[in-house]
Amino acid sequence: MKDSRIRGADIVIKALIAENAKFIFGYPGGAIMPIYDALYDYEDQIQHILTRHEQGAIHAAQGYARVSGKVGVCMATSGPGATNLITGIADALIDSTPLVCITGQVPSYLLGTDAFQETDVVGISMPATKWNIQVHRVEDIAPAIAKAFHIARSGRPGPVLIDITKDAQVALGEFNYVPCLNIRSYKPYPKVSDKEIEDAAALINQAERPYLVYGQGVIIGKAEKELEAFLNKTGIPAACTLLGTGALSEEHPNYVGKLGMHGNYGPNLLTNKCDVLIAVGMRFDDRVTGDLTRYAKQAKVIHMELDYAEIDKNVKCTVPVLGDCKVTLAKLTEQVNSAKHDAWTAKFHELEAEEKRVVVGNDLLPTKDGLTMGEVIRHINEFKADDAILVTDVGQHQMVAWRYFEYKTTRTQITSGGLGTMGFALPAALGAQLHDFNRQVICVVGDGGIQMTVQEFGTIMQTKAPVKVVLLNNNFLGMVRQWQQLFFDKRYSFTELENPDFQKIAEAYRFKVQKVDKRDDLREAVAEMFIHDGPYFLEVVVEKEDNVFPMIASGSSVEEVRLS
Amino acid sequence: MKRYTISVFTENFIGILSRITLIFTRRGINIDGFTASESREEGIYRITIEVTTTEEQIIQLSKQIDKIIDVIKAFYYMDDEMVFQEIALYKIPIGSLDPGLEKVIRQHSARIISAEKDFVVIELTGHKEDTQALLEVLKDFNVLEFVRSGRVAVAKPMVTIDKYL
Repeated sequence: MKDSRIRGADIVIKALIAENAKFIFGYPGGAIMPIYDALYDYEDQIQHILTRHEQGAIHAAQGYARVSGKVGVCMATSGPGATNLITGIADALIDSTPLVCITGQVPSYLLGTDAFQETDVVGISMPATKWNIQVHRVEDIAPAIAKAFHIARSGRPGPVLIDITKDAQVALGEFNYVPCLNIRSYKPYPKVSDKEIEDAAALINQAERPYLVYGQGVIIGKAEKELEAFLNKTGIPAACTLLGTGALSEEHPNYVGKLGMHGNYGPNLLTNKCDVLIAVGMRFDDRVTGDLTRYAKQAKVIHMELDYAEIDKNVKCTVPVLGDCKVTLAKLTEQVNSAKHDAWTAKFHELEAEEKRVVVGNDLLPTKDGLTMGEVIRHINEFKADDAILVTDVGQHQMVAWRYFEYKTTRTQITSGGLGTMGFALPAALGAQLHDFNRQVICVVGDGGIQMTVQEFGTIMQTKAPVKVVLLNNNFLGMVRQWQQLFFDKRYSFTELENPDFQKIAEAYRFKVQKVDKRDDLREAVAEMFIHDGPYFLEVVVEKEDNVFPMIASGSSVEEVRLS
Repeated sequence: MKRYTISVFTENFIGILSRITLIFTRRGINIDGFTASESREEGIYRITIEVTTTEEQIIQLSKQIDKIIDVIKAFYYMDDEMVFQEIALYKIPIGSLDPGLEKVIRQHSARIISAEKDFVVIELTGHKEDTQALLEVLKDFNVLEFVRSGRVAVAKPMVTIDKYL
């Protein structure tokens, strides 16, 4: 009789295919070679993207996961391969991104011997993963992968890691894939309480100045329509967090702007004026709340949240509404009265007008000589498609692009929020683009961040992903410089960069390139970028010492948001 | 700051203790006592952690522990919500044996559980105050070794783990 057993390495690939993984972002090495050998036989069923660094692989997997809503898969070898994943794992945990990371490990009989490229990857990744496991036996591989996918994608998503010893990869076993649907100790979707919905509805129905703030939970929970229906019925003004951006079209009449350190003036200021604050799928990050002791103290707070550990973590709520917001928002909409809050909403628009007068005008239509980041985004808006995806790095350009990019559909804002990982954008944009070559993916990045993962130009070249890279170059680590100016007495300690010729670098990777340093050339350059159908690199030399406003200084209250 | 006990029911999963202790490490909180053993249910482990902290913090700690995938349920209690015991062993050299020692053992309801050629081992189960009091008295008899366990505890509220399985 023919032996039906296959190698553990083949089981890994067949399990990934069974989970409908389309891409593996990875980098080979000694301890994962059997899996790469197996991959060679399945090229027609699953696509491997060879990045130029493991950090590039995991950020690409994150970009793919955030745009597609599917689990991102990445692979690396033991030791340095695995440790290079850690930044991305931590980023995915804090931003609730579903990832399955597979790392090779030295053979089980060498564990603990300081063997070549041996690192305690389970130990190192433990505080940054939702779950992780080391597998030593071939029969444990498929169940571990099944469990990993279930954990990564369900409830509040997150990264999981499976460390597979080399001997398990080469051992023979039967492949019989059983998807994991339930884990006894893990209840990802808490039961919705009708009492909580009733209590929340009662508060909302009595409110005179209700205010809704929404986060990425709405996007993860695919509750965009439910949010819109709730807002349509109640007439409540709504503002988004950084990662919640796009869950509601900015053209929606109830949309009043963005929250946080560099969010909009009104949405921050009026947090301390509302009487009922409804928080949906957000976790009251310190960049949103500022000083917690002076955050929305006057308001009754309704916290609609899936993760029980977030309830009362930062802000004590009056009524928790635990559960999937797709369900709870729909139920709540049934129980609230139709209402309008025109006078209250008008307050947001008054403050918006003030922000426009003091800040936005100068950002978007500057009269000074130097180019602003804002006017670059204004031109991008002019030519971009409605469903264009904006991927940003971390720093001033991230905040400016977020403030001015016109978000019209969900899953169009991809950035490193919680962790603030410089170097995120370029590989994440690649991952986002691979999900759909027909959508515009615009990667806005600074001159600091691009140099942290610049090697991924190579992966973009190899995959021919038509990413539009817009480098906003001020030859400074701009956000740190801004803080040095405002809070460290203009002592610009190690923030000025002597930069290379970025045009030559991009050109070496066969990007079509263009550089702009005059206002008169900007519009045309942006237009040309969108017409080009391959990878494009546009460098814009912007004003060296511009600051991002409004701003809530670290430790200040939301009502201390400053316009200049 | 008050003394709390967290009672955690977990799957028997490699690394689960690390995952739990990381939650304390990350917040810079010291663990006062720790015990782990299989529970009434085969394959389910019960971990008892003693910690001195605030009410606010203990709620966060137990929620974060509860969130760990392989944790079935975490409960937290104040001392008066639990029945708890700790065991202590005292190793005394044979030369210290005299009628005074016998009196001490009786008074503290302790017992000798082993007598070897060179030493005896005294055992006492009780609260930390009890085992500490005996230690102070026994110091006069030359304590060669002393060891005390973390607490084991059962809760007074009539909630069992069955509900969460």
